[in-house]
Amino acid sequence: MTRKFSQIHVLLIVMVVVILTMWILTGSDFLNPGNFQSMAYQMPELGILTLAMMIPMLTAGINLSIIATANLSGIVMALILTSETSLQASGWQSILIVAGAILVGFIIAALIGAINGYFIAYLELPPILASLGMMVMLNGISIVITQGYVISGFPDAMLEIGSADILGIPVPFLLLLICAGIVSLVLNWTPTGTRIYMIGSNPIACFYSGVNNKNVLLRTYMLSGILSGVAAVVMTSRFNSAKADYGESYLLLTVLASVLGGVSASGGFGKVSGVLISLIILQMVSSGLNLMGISNFLTLALWGFILLLVMIIKFLIEKYQQKRH
Amino acid sequence: MKKILIRHESFLAFAIILFSIIITLINPSFFTLENFFDLLKSFSLTGTFAIGMLFVLISGGIDLSFTAIATVSGYTIAVLLLNMGDRLNIFLIFLIAGVIGVSLGILNGAIIDLFKIPSMITTIATSNIFYGLLTVITKGKWLYGFPTWFGDFAQIRVITVRTAEGWPYGLSIITLIWIVLLLAAWFILKFTVLGRSIYAMGSSPVSAQRAGFNLRRLHLFVYGFMGLMAGFGSVIQALLVQTVAPNSLVGKEMDVIAAVVLGGASLTGGTGTVLGALLGVTLLGILGNGMTLMHVPSLWYKVIIGVVILVSVSFTAYRRKQSIRKRVITE
Repeated sequence: MTRKFSQIHVLLIVMVVVILTMWILTGSDFLNPGNFQSMAYQMPELGILTLAMMIPMLTAGINLSIIATANLSGIVMALILTSETSLQASGWQSILIVAGAILVGFIIAALIGAINGYFIAYLELPPILASLGMMVMLNGISIVITQGYVISGFPDAMLEIGSADILGIPVPFLLLLICAGIVSLVLNWTPTGTRIYMIGSNPIACFYSGVNNKNVLLRTYMLSGILSGVAAVVMTSRFNSAKADYGESYLLLTVLASVLGGVSASGGFGKVSGVLISLIILQMVSSGLNLMGISNFLTLALWGFILLLVMIIKFLIEKYQQKRH
Repeated sequence: MKKILIRHESFLAFAIILFSIIITLINPSFFTLENFFDLLKSFSLTGTFAIGMLFVLISGGIDLSFTAIATVSGYTIAVLLLNMGDRLNIFLIFLIAGVIGVSLGILNGAIIDLFKIPSMITTIATSNIFYGLLTVITKGKWLYGFPTWFGDFAQIRVITVRTAEGWPYGLSIITLIWIVLLLAAWFILKFTVLGRSIYAMGSSPVSAQRAGFNLRRLHLFVYGFMGLMAGFGSVIQALLVQTVAPNSLVGKEMDVIAAVVLGGASLTGGTGTVLGALLGVTLLGILGNGMTLMHVPSLWYKVIIGVVILVSVSFTAYRRKQSIRKRVITE
């Protein structure tokens, strides 16, 4: 049996083309290790949020509230970190407080995810609407808490997360890899993961084969919430601040990155590896154009163009394969 | 099914009346003819986009690129107004904006139809392309200082009333344009084969195709129509604020979708009415206006709007569940 030509192959070819094009256009600048390191610092924000978007998409859902969740949990972390005691603390105490703040942020993000999951699984709201309502409401709560201002000035331990590197690999990038590893583990090696794919392919068949769909959906959105919380850590420490409307433009880009990575908008298909390759392609386009001093907005246009191109190639390949059979 | 829809609309109307009474009790200036005309005028932009979105949702798709399309057409007419404003008139402006909107919309429709890419994915991609390229070309510059006739046109009142102090107010021509568009959309959906076939395609594309509908033509029409409304919306926006900024519309797609869906259009296609969309736009619009009049601190607006969306969507889902249960029992 010959393996079907899948989207991953198309993506790998696109990646090679992008590398070659950027290499030719920017000279040796693009293949410089420094450039790779700066890419590794920039990718995690969009990357972790994309993972948070990808999991609900596998169940044929969507979570529009990921950015709002990240901002709210980031703001709560920031409130704890900027309190008197945490700024005066030093050494181990300070590290403990940072860890505590991050934990509280995660709990809030998981809670928001659970509420989303409850709306979608138990009240049976369409995911796009439930998470849209949540997005607006959470955004509102963040505005009320911060009065619309920026919260900034964190202890050094927090800033280290966004700027330090281990053996030359930036910590945010390691966080992305860890998240990707965990998500991949959950999807491929746990019953929940299998059920997530099954619900996306056919919820009714899944239900009649004895799966508690509601419970799986609840977990899906909780996981999505927690990943938003991780993104919040990276965002707050990289910006050294938290605000109600950071990263709002990422929202539809996470859908773009997921779909480019082979996640089907109607659910059931998609792999973490594909999403990682898609993120690398997007980041290389962005950094390459940046090296050439070209506006970020051309990056947006090119991202849209690459997505369409890959989808069209996929369509043509599938059509060709159907004809041959 | 029709009964449920009618009931949905009466629920919405009821919610709107309830809100109006509460707001009026707190601030009587809500229930005045002047505020009524102001409200209608403020709905016209969202309302125009909502008409196009309604068509797309009924057909079973979604369009996230209409704000980008409106930005492109808005910017084009702004450049034209600044460079050759004296030789143009309002009809030409609407015509040019409409043609740009329709072409970009049809491009969406063609990609969706030819390559069978889900509409959400296609329009996210094209939205990035349209908006990205426009911002690169224009460098994000704001445009203002349009010819006086363009500003004067926005001030025209179809009906004029005077306040006790003698200040004139009334039904703006912008509102009238919107109402004409609403009526046209209502007529198309209700009384033409084209309108009925959009419902057919949204309910079941396969059956619609077997019944002999040309899905390709329908796709092109629906997304072209959305583009047309985006184009007209961009002129309305330019008339209302007399400024065109590349970043003023993009990012507000979800407001329009929320309004239309509150009005009873389903994201799975096949349902939705112009009246419902109008009520959805009205409900969200009144909420904003009412909070201002009730002196709710503006920080709280989003929380309240989010809660209203969640409550009304839950309520709709709850009633749908109930009706299914009832049907099962009676059968």
